[in-house]
Amino acid sequence: MPLRRKKTDWQSFGFTAATGLMTASIVAMVFIILGNLAWNGAAQMSLHFVFGGTKEGMFDAAKAGVFPMIFGTVALVVLMTIGVLPVGVITAIYLSEYARSTSAVTRVIRGAINNLAGVPSIVFGLFGLGFFVQFLGGGIDKVFCGGQLTYGKPALVWAAATMAVLTLPVVIVATEEALRAVPKGLREGSMALGATKLETILKIVLPQALPGVITGAILAVGRGAGEVAPIMFTGAAYYLAHLPGHLSDQFMNLGYHVFVLSTQSPDIERTKPILFGTVLVLLVLTFLLNAAGVIVRSRIRARARQTHG
Amino acid sequence: MQAPINNGYGSPQNGALARRVSLAAAIVRRKTRWGEWLVERGIFLVSLSAILMIFLIFIFVGREALPVAMGRTNNSRAQKPIAVSEIPKLSQQKLAAYLGVPAADLKTFDFDTLKQLVELKGQELQEIANPDARFNTTSWSMMLEPYRWHGYDKAEYIWQPVSEIPKFNMIPLIIGSLKATLVALLLSIPLGVGAAIYVSQLAKPVLREIIKPTIELLSGIPSVVLGFFALIVLASGMQAVFGYESRLNAFVAGVALGLTVIPIVFTISEDALSSVPKAYTQAALALGASPWKAAWQVVLPAAVPGVFAACVLGFGRAIGETMVVLMASGNASIVSASVFDSCRTLTASIAAELAEVVFGGDHYRILFLLGALLFTVTFVTNLAGDVVVHRLKQQLEGKH
Repeated sequence: MPLRRKKTDWQSFGFTAATGLMTASIVAMVFIILGNLAWNGAAQMSLHFVFGGTKEGMFDAAKAGVFPMIFGTVALVVLMTIGVLPVGVITAIYLSEYARSTSAVTRVIRGAINNLAGVPSIVFGLFGLGFFVQFLGGGIDKVFCGGQLTYGKPALVWAAATMAVLTLPVVIVATEEALRAVPKGLREGSMALGATKLETILKIVLPQALPGVITGAILAVGRGAGEVAPIMFTGAAYYLAHLPGHLSDQFMNLGYHVFVLSTQSPDIERTKPILFGTVLVLLVLTFLLNAAGVIVRSRIRARARQTHG
Repeated sequence: MQAPINNGYGSPQNGALARRVSLAAAIVRRKTRWGEWLVERGIFLVSLSAILMIFLIFIFVGREALPVAMGRTNNSRAQKPIAVSEIPKLSQQKLAAYLGVPAADLKTFDFDTLKQLVELKGQELQEIANPDARFNTTSWSMMLEPYRWHGYDKAEYIWQPVSEIPKFNMIPLIIGSLKATLVALLLSIPLGVGAAIYVSQLAKPVLREIIKPTIELLSGIPSVVLGFFALIVLASGMQAVFGYESRLNAFVAGVALGLTVIPIVFTISEDALSSVPKAYTQAALALGASPWKAAWQVVLPAAVPGVFAACVLGFGRAIGETMVVLMASGNASIVSASVFDSCRTLTASIAAELAEVVFGGDHYRILFLLGALLFTVTFVTNLAGDVVVHRLKQQLEGKH
């Protein structure tokens, strides 16, 4: 045996090196992209850029600001979270606490969630336009606004609703994972003391799973802040003079701004610094949120491994 | 997995206790808490919302596309001119359809106005010299088969929705989507699966804990940012290296698209590989196999369904991705086999054109039809991937 060991196993070495190189190249790509964007974006960063508006010049790197886009993006994700969180958490509670994993209904619900996660984002845009803007918005206008065009057009609330549908699977999956990580003994203890099932869930299980619920919300916000395709037709605007003040107003958005500026700018070389700056702001918003979500999630997974063996 | 919680009493050892416990249970049971019952029903109903949403997407995207899909639209402009003398003989409906005015308006016109309108329409029809005007370009055959248009040398597939004769042939878009997707998969499947093998089988645990989240972070970068990176940085860099003609093309878009697909392929393959029981590897090593042989010949074959599911879901993601291809593919609807030509994908067409179409018009409906096509394709791939992953999970849970 010792003699054999000394002979270098070239095949094994080659295979390990090849797969290792593949891994390294992916990691390198992540760092190159982030490094490049951060380096170029940092040059544009200033208080004026982050808190300034577009009134003094949208295409002038020295004067342009992105505050209206930040405001629009934040308003969008706040509304989206209000919509998606209750539905997502309740669905997760059903799936983890009530559903029998073998029943057909559960299978169909899980299938629908997986499918919803895979629907192309542009199809969500079409759906938002067809359902929320035209059907719901048009209906509200007809019934409540006396036929006046108020909600039957692209608006902040419809963009947020579309985004809530898109991020529903993210919230459900993260919350369910957290609920399942809560030790069984806690539930049994609570029930043994005479609590009903619902009381157990609301007062024992859910508080324990709170970090997971928050992770789900964070991941959803990170996703929602970065998606552009679903809001192109449901509420995002190329340019607005005022910040949106009402649910039925349109809004500016960081991601949409990056798209518009990089494809429709009259002079791409001059707008490049603005673009890199906007991208960095967007990345800081979505990426830090995602990073936080991933870290919390891996902690929860580690805890789940400990408790379930 | 979950033990039934609703009966938390365990199994009592002696008979008297058992009777007492079951009596207590019966007392507790008999008191129905209507409030809780309602809340629990409510929880169940809310949990159906994911199904409802899939259903609504299906209905509301399909609804707009239906008239075109069923062949109920007709944009043919060739009509026989009607002579003024024939006006009294024609029915109101026919006349209204011919002139393109609502039948209700027609009744308010007097005969002279009618005569003028018919004469004008006759002139207009004569002026349309293009023989292609007689075609209904929204029919399935015109949307899928090549045609030799007026002024062209040979039959061609053309997507040109804004022109005198709108041409809605989907083939260039489908080819564009497939080209970008192919490049993306050729890049991301080897890299993603290779990295998954390394991370799950060969890497040291410390390294694994660092690499896994890093690759998962790639999926946190918004696609518009990757599209921007491809457009501004990657496109110029790759043109300098490969020296092709058009700066933005299917290859650049495919590479950027690959970056969005890598995390999916990696995560699902890695899950599949690491859920293969450790006993397999240990048995192989005990029989004298080297770690790489154990990984390649024992673990990978056992995880093949999961890796396959990863590729299928990666395909679904790549074909549905919008912002990257919209920004980096060049968006020219050319039919060509070369990946270094610029291409226009299904998703990019919808994103670029929907803002400028007439609501309810033919072009609008055809864009929704493209969306319905995309939805169907991703629905099927997701379902297939889902079934495979589910089976794999059951198999592994049975083994543990």
